[in-house]
Amino acid sequence: MGMKPSPFGTQIPYEEKDLKVVGTNPTARPDAVDKVTGKARYAADINVPGQLIGKVLRSPHAHARIKSIDTSAAEKLQGVKAVITCDDFPDMPVLHAAAGEMIVNFRDVTRTMMAREKALFDGHPVAAVAATSESIAKAALKLIKVDYEVLPHVIDVVEAMQPDAPLLNEEQFTKGVEPAPEKPSNIAARMTSKLGDIEEGFKNADLIVEREFNTKAAHQGYIEPHASLAIYTEGGNAEVWTSTQGHFLIRAQLAKVLEMDVSRVKVTPAELGGGFGGKNSIYLEPLAIVLSKNSGRPVKMVMTRDEVFRASGPTSGTNIIIKIGVTKDGRITAAQAILNYQSGCFPGSSLPLCTPTVFTRYDIENVLVIGNDVVCNRPKVAAYRAPGAPMIAFGVETVMDEIAEELKIDPIEIRLTNAAKEGTQTHFGPKLGPIGYIETLEAAKVHDHLKAPLEPNQGRGIATGFWATLGMETSATLNVNQDGTASFIYGTVDVAGGMRAAYSQIVAEELGIPFENVRAIQSDTSSLGFNFTTAGSRGTAAGSMAAVKASRDAITRMCEVAARIWEVEPDQVVWEDGHARPASANVGDFEPLSIAEIAMKAGFFGGTIAGHAEINVTGGGPGFGTHLIDVEVDRETGAVKVLRYTIIQDAGKAVFPEYVKAQFHGAAVQGIGMALNEEYIYDENGIMENPGFLDYRVPVASDVPYIDTQIVEVPNPNHPYGIRGVGEVPIIPPLAAISNAIYDAVGIRMRDHPMSPPKVLAALDEAAPAAAAE
Amino acid sequence: MTEMRYEAPTTLDDAVALLADSKGSTTVLAGGTDVLVQIHMDLIEPDLIVDIKNIKELTAIKKEKGGYRFGAAVSGVELMDHEDFCQTWPGVMDGVKLIGSIQVKGRASVGGNVCNASPAADSVPALIAAGATATIVGPKGKREIPVEEIATGPGQTSLKDGELVVSFFLPNSPAGSGGAYQRFTPRTEMDIAVVGVGINLTLGDDGVCSAAKVALGAVAEKVLVVEEAAAALVGTQVDEAALDNLAAAASAACRPIDDKRGTKEYRIKVAGVLARRVALIALERAQGGQK
Repeated sequence: MGMKPSPFGTQIPYEEKDLKVVGTNPTARPDAVDKVTGKARYAADINVPGQLIGKVLRSPHAHARIKSIDTSAAEKLQGVKAVITCDDFPDMPVLHAAAGEMIVNFRDVTRTMMAREKALFDGHPVAAVAATSESIAKAALKLIKVDYEVLPHVIDVVEAMQPDAPLLNEEQFTKGVEPAPEKPSNIAARMTSKLGDIEEGFKNADLIVEREFNTKAAHQGYIEPHASLAIYTEGGNAEVWTSTQGHFLIRAQLAKVLEMDVSRVKVTPAELGGGFGGKNSIYLEPLAIVLSKNSGRPVKMVMTRDEVFRASGPTSGTNIIIKIGVTKDGRITAAQAILNYQSGCFPGSSLPLCTPTVFTRYDIENVLVIGNDVVCNRPKVAAYRAPGAPMIAFGVETVMDEIAEELKIDPIEIRLTNAAKEGTQTHFGPKLGPIGYIETLEAAKVHDHLKAPLEPNQGRGIATGFWATLGMETSATLNVNQDGTASFIYGTVDVAGGMRAAYSQIVAEELGIPFENVRAIQSDTSSLGFNFTTAGSRGTAAGSMAAVKASRDAITRMCEVAARIWEVEPDQVVWEDGHARPASANVGDFEPLSIAEIAMKAGFFGGTIAGHAEINVTGGGPGFGTHLIDVEVDRETGAVKVLRYTIIQDAGKAVFPEYVKAQFHGAAVQGIGMALNEEYIYDENGIMENPGFLDYRVPVASDVPYIDTQIVEVPNPNHPYGIRGVGEVPIIPPLAAISNAIYDAVGIRMRDHPMSPPKVLAALDEAAPAAAAE
Repeated sequence: MTEMRYEAPTTLDDAVALLADSKGSTTVLAGGTDVLVQIHMDLIEPDLIVDIKNIKELTAIKKEKGGYRFGAAVSGVELMDHEDFCQTWPGVMDGVKLIGSIQVKGRASVGGNVCNASPAADSVPALIAAGATATIVGPKGKREIPVEEIATGPGQTSLKDGELVVSFFLPNSPAGSGGAYQRFTPRTEMDIAVVGVGINLTLGDDGVCSAAKVALGAVAEKVLVVEEAAAALVGTQVDEAALDNLAAAASAACRPIDDKRGTKEYRIKVAGVLARRVALIALERAQGGQK
């Protein structure tokens, strides 16, 4: 989705076979010990001699023209070695490129990292300094004089769409509208996805339900703040250590905005403390490089939590209208969605990605989806785990619940009646291949969760989710070491989802050696060819395809070495159980050669053994999941407690099942947080009021119940192990499932997010007189 | 650049002298769970930090004639580990146990919680309801005031230049007394009270409430002592009617603001709800012989 799959892509057909390593849970997780002992090196842990500390001056206004910036006093402060503004960066023309699941425009990228004509949100960088200490750097920021002309601002998406709203960009005319508009607008683009005849579909409906939903912006909430260390040398090369999901993308963006050759920029991704889509864009990196260039010293920059909230991420706040028509027996005849998405200060919300997901769980003949990408005075949105989809499911899955209730059909049955399956025509183009949606619903139907008794004020909700799996450019090298162990060098950053363990399992399975004999090592940008970032649930799915290809390439090389040792032809050698063996008795009577024996002799018999993969993976398997949730509502305070949680999802094949379950858990916890309390709160001046974890309330451990999981395995036919992406699907259903459970508990339909205690209590109070009247 | 000065006196006299003589901005440091956060967030830039954790009067917990005294720098966990204190003052401990995480309570002190002067401080309504007083020393000597007289508004206290809180005194309460504190927060832990309610009450032999004190947190610029709410309980058996009157009085006393943590309307309503819930816990404790 979003990005077009390459017609020259690599797919390897699924083959069913006995597995020794894949599908097991090895106890020795490769990154566990270093992480729990605090030895894993995150970007903020990396220091080099002589480094300066860089800090950013940020706009205190939501919208202001920058009339002038005077840095002279800051430059004179003892210990300050460099001060930069937008004048230190070239302006960029309009030029689009993929960044993770989202598309970026370099005109806007350069303006996001450093404001040019205008500051467009509270926290927008306007200058940066590098000094010999953090306190000097902070003191220097206070000496920079910025002359702002404060402009009217707009925060809310619906307000921003009004004709008289303050304009962020006077040169922006809505794209995708015929005839082309003559007046500029905050609506950057309108996108449409259509199937069949929507009006005819609604005519054939016996029941039509149309509802409006509003959701607030939510942050990815990664524990690790953005951090970067840059060294620019007099030879004109830049080296960067940074916190990212995709070092090759960061390199590409840096080369572009700094007008450097790609070959002169080297980026090393540090251990990642969470990204969830929010670490695919440059923020600190270009500032650190230019500060280093201007000072001649390495420059280290670490965001505070306040900066992370105000100036990175978040996902879009939205206004969504869902309209679904059904026959008396619950068959959907037509479905329509209007999606109004905040994109932040520049265009480019997740609409191109999530527009296709709106109704893809269901087989519907008539669909219309209209998306409006709307700028407002907030930080430019970034991808957040299934970008934009949880809010859509909040709408669609609660409307489905309402329809099921109205028609007195069980909520699982109505989904089964309409369920997408192999051959279903999607409204974004392709027909679906083999998928496991029905399997997750059938598993839910018989799950013990449904037998748990519910007390008064407790309720149960169900919701489902769909997300596709990206492929894209993937490169890897497998080095067979002299002792027969293997080093797998991967370029898809392990976003702490267990990918390096999964890669090791795949390599061990392919080579026929123990899991412990394989070590997966993160590459920098100089040791492999371009890899797309870890996004779109592609990490294990695409990375493992490269692991298979590199392993098989190395096996070919090892068979060649064995053939030379035995003085036979390479095609007379086969690879089995970690050994080269004669293909048949006719080849000759040779003792099998182990990987260690071959590795030791390889140098003489042709050279070191390595396998490679430089591919564009296609054929990603879509993932589907069903969530069951029980909640209890405190009628006097509006507090919602999640009591019981079950996730059933098709993983295609779970390589490391415990890690797959951890993905389910993590996404559900983020979903619970988003559903109940997480929201960006702005004051009347457009200043974010809760830029910290105290008032931006992600759940703590005691807010979350035990989360039961069930992995369904319907293999992806285009992957040798049948793997589907798993990381994003499980964040999609929670908002809707919780909303449905609240309704079941106390009879109120929550359509405004978050479903926080004051909102729930207000809805209960509003419903109380109505209920009393009945 | 000027350097921040750090001092860790070992006697009260030295501490008072440092505070009184300081020319620039001065911050008293106990557990540091507020002070260090405020420094990191650039909310304060103290020229002098006076660490009071090495002064013995500030770190002791002891039973005295007529009550319990504990030092202002005693950490939450030290109080939690003091079995007799916990048994004697379960309501105060309800509040202390809600401050931050276990790690935060390992550092954070009640003195800091009181002097940080947040209207939402969890230990304060409970202390006030329990009738706690504070001993303050300064350049002019010692004075003793009720805890409710310390905070005057958000971040503001009645302490004069050079003064510091040494200890808190909890007077013994009569038999048949019980206390409790609860707060409402959107999260279960690691959160700031949207509303906090501390109630202590005493029952006579006939089961009739003879005395009560009700303190509300996070519903005004400082913790409120609500006489009308206490009066709703006194002379009753803390029955449904009394609880309704208590809830109404608690809600009526609120003068909250709308902010990111809750709306006015919500705080007013929940103050009544919590008052009722807390009164029932205090009642149960009073009936069970606990204070």
